[in-house]
Amino acid sequence: MSHFTPWSALGGGALIGLACALLLLVHGKVAGISGICAGFLRFDRGDFAWRAWFLAGMVVTAVVLARVMPGAYVNSVPRSTGVLIAAGLLVGVGTRLGNGCTSGHGLCGTSRLSKRSIVATVVFMLLGMASATVAARWLVHA
Amino acid sequence: MLAFVAGALFCGGVSLSGMTQPGKVVGFLDVTGDFDPSLALVMVSAIAVYATALAVSRRLRAPLLGSAFPSPASTEIDGRLVAGAAVFGVGWGLAGFCPGPAIASLAAGAHTALLFTPSMLAGMALFQLVDRRMGREDETRNRAAT
Repeated sequence: MSHFTPWSALGGGALIGLACALLLLVHGKVAGISGICAGFLRFDRGDFAWRAWFLAGMVVTAVVLARVMPGAYVNSVPRSTGVLIAAGLLVGVGTRLGNGCTSGHGLCGTSRLSKRSIVATVVFMLLGMASATVAARWLVHA
Repeated sequence: MLAFVAGALFCGGVSLSGMTQPGKVVGFLDVTGDFDPSLALVMVSAIAVYATALAVSRRLRAPLLGSAFPSPASTEIDGRLVAGAAVFGVGWGLAGFCPGPAIASLAAGAHTALLFTPSMLAGMALFQLVDRRMGREDETRNRAAT
């Protein structure tokens, strides 16, 4: 299905870590993407500006990268419209209920050895494995 | 304004690392398929850099442009945390997108993200709406009880 790409994985991971480090050291903020999106959608006054700038930085970069390296956005996972919409809703609701996603819990929380984040990371990894494994068997022909 | 640079770096990171290719994410999560360990290296590398930044932040009194470093809000492991992480995990495994790569892929114009990402944002907004309303109801009920 996909090939092991250690160098781009390590380089990409370092960039993600650097981005979160910048937010922490300069603004004193935790870079949880689900929290940034949710706060942006709530129009929280005090935190709106930096969240909007962060999202703008992401969007502009993605628009440029889509031209420079379109291969980075290839989706080889066959999923029906219904499954994509359902999965989106689950990720949206789950990250708000659990107060974090891969970046907030998986990266920032785990790095500071937060028990809450480690528990959340283990839970979403295990359930992610379960659902990806089941989906590979049952949804391939969807 | 530096948050713009952070967002740009973050987007570059998820795009370079392969997390915007759901095939690589599912390749890591699906235990029966061809295992692709790339995602583990993304996490290891990101945590190494961020943990270093955390160590630096402990030696500083305040962030360069902010008033204080964030203090961990809660340490309680409750049902909401576990249920939320579980629901998120199921959705992540189904489509191979988590929030950061979903935003990046939408902006890059990836077809599947055109469906996934608006649903994700709608899920967040809907949850906040319902949660706030239920919180308000709980408050009035508690007030009535006392």
